Amino acid sequence: MTQSQAPELPVDQIPAFPMERTCPFHPPAAYSEIQDGDAPVKVRLTRSGRIAWLITSHDQVRQVLAHPGVSSDRTAPNFPLAVNLDPEEIKNMPKPALIGLDPPEHSVQRRQVITEFTVRRTKDLRPRIQQIVDDAIDDLLAAGKGADLVEHVSLPVPSMVICELLGVPYADHDYFQERTRALLSRDSTIEQGRRALNELGDYFVELLTAKEKNTPDDMLGRLITAGRADGTYDRDELAALARLLLIAGHETTANMISLGTVALLENPEQLAKLKADSGLLPTTVEELLRVFAIADVATSRTALVDMEVGGVLIKAGDGIIASGLAASHDPGVFPEPHAIDVTRSARAHVAFGYGVHQCLGQNLARAELEIAYETLFRRVPGLTLAVPAENLPYKNDAFIYGIHEVPVTW
Amino acid sequence: MRIKADRDVCVGAGQCVLTDPDVFDQGVDDGIVWLLAEVPGPEHEDKVREAVSLCPSGALSIVEE
Repeated sequence: MTQSQAPELPVDQIPAFPMERTCPFHPPAAYSEIQDGDAPVKVRLTRSGRIAWLITSHDQVRQVLAHPGVSSDRTAPNFPLAVNLDPEEIKNMPKPALIGLDPPEHSVQRRQVITEFTVRRTKDLRPRIQQIVDDAIDDLLAAGKGADLVEHVSLPVPSMVICELLGVPYADHDYFQERTRALLSRDSTIEQGRRALNELGDYFVELLTAKEKNTPDDMLGRLITAGRADGTYDRDELAALARLLLIAGHETTANMISLGTVALLENPEQLAKLKADSGLLPTTVEELLRVFAIADVATSRTALVDMEVGGVLIKAGDGIIASGLAASHDPGVFPEPHAIDVTRSARAHVAFGYGVHQCLGQNLARAELEIAYETLFRRVPGLTLAVPAENLPYKNDAFIYGIHEVPVTW
Repeated sequence: MRIKADRDVCVGAGQCVLTDPDVFDQGVDDGIVWLLAEVPGPEHEDKVREAVSLCPSGALSIVEE
């Protein structure tokens, strides 16, 4: 394989990114065309005008995300930011947590919270998650036919789980859900996005100030205690971390509950297999994670060193979008990638990313999704969509894919 | 087959524990990989290879003997 620069295209001929979906259950068609070429291509981000390499092959996406020479620093000049911020504004952006940090700072912060998300800890949370899901389904049934699955199940379940884990009062859910929506919507202005981020940060500064007095036995209380013990406690830093965990902990799982439910209802032969054998729950969850890979562009990076990827030279300083969605639909790894097969071994998907930033809460998400799908289809066996799947309001306008509203009946 | 686990590199994603909980665990105090068997029996070989390939941080490797 020889190194070559892709032919330089005039800026107006560089493909625009994000690319449009033609089917709500499939990645943008352009991803497969790029995949056929088996090499990174340059794309132009529509809102920021920045140019970045789009990487679509499973192998190359994993190669880049595991490479020690890539950075997650959002303030780098060519980082594939979706919004258009001037350099002064970038400098004033709130301090990032986890996803915006590189090793060794990233490793230090991640290690503070790993114990809260281990396979064992997540297993211990299952009975409580089951209760929360059961209560949410009671609420859905009480609301009557035509009720919105998102409002009654998809959003409350992960919101309540992450609130209890962190020690955030669930009563504040409207406040943080609204701000998360504003933050993740492509339709928000820069000012709206920044205000939402700052308000969530201020919320946590206030909450932490209160928790400092009696350090309760919840995650934030434990982190205050641990930080004080080794002299590293920094309220603003913990507020930024808590904000990230809250956003990542409710919005992503909520979208997956909605999308997965709709996908199973639209593939009745797959749903029948799952209903006949609940032992298929883990592979079903992995397959649905793979098919939607909702945080597609969360795996954006900047190259710190020159690197060869798929025969193309990516230069130090270049922006990179390592598409988790495209990688999870690589036909070389997942035959017939657009087909949903609940018996497939899909665990090599990149829906949770890859490399040192791979999703911290992935085992919590798996537990929530398994319990939500199993309980929903067991307790509401006649569940159907109240509007055709193609008419649902999909989040084509958001950085994290999902559905705004799913009216259901039974 | 001997497994090597680099506890400095591990990011505690838990992929290995999910793949073969008889071989891999996470430390209670730090959530970092902990080997329950350094030289697992041949019946674990496929699972261990899967765990190595799924490990996001590159903390796991196999030393063939």
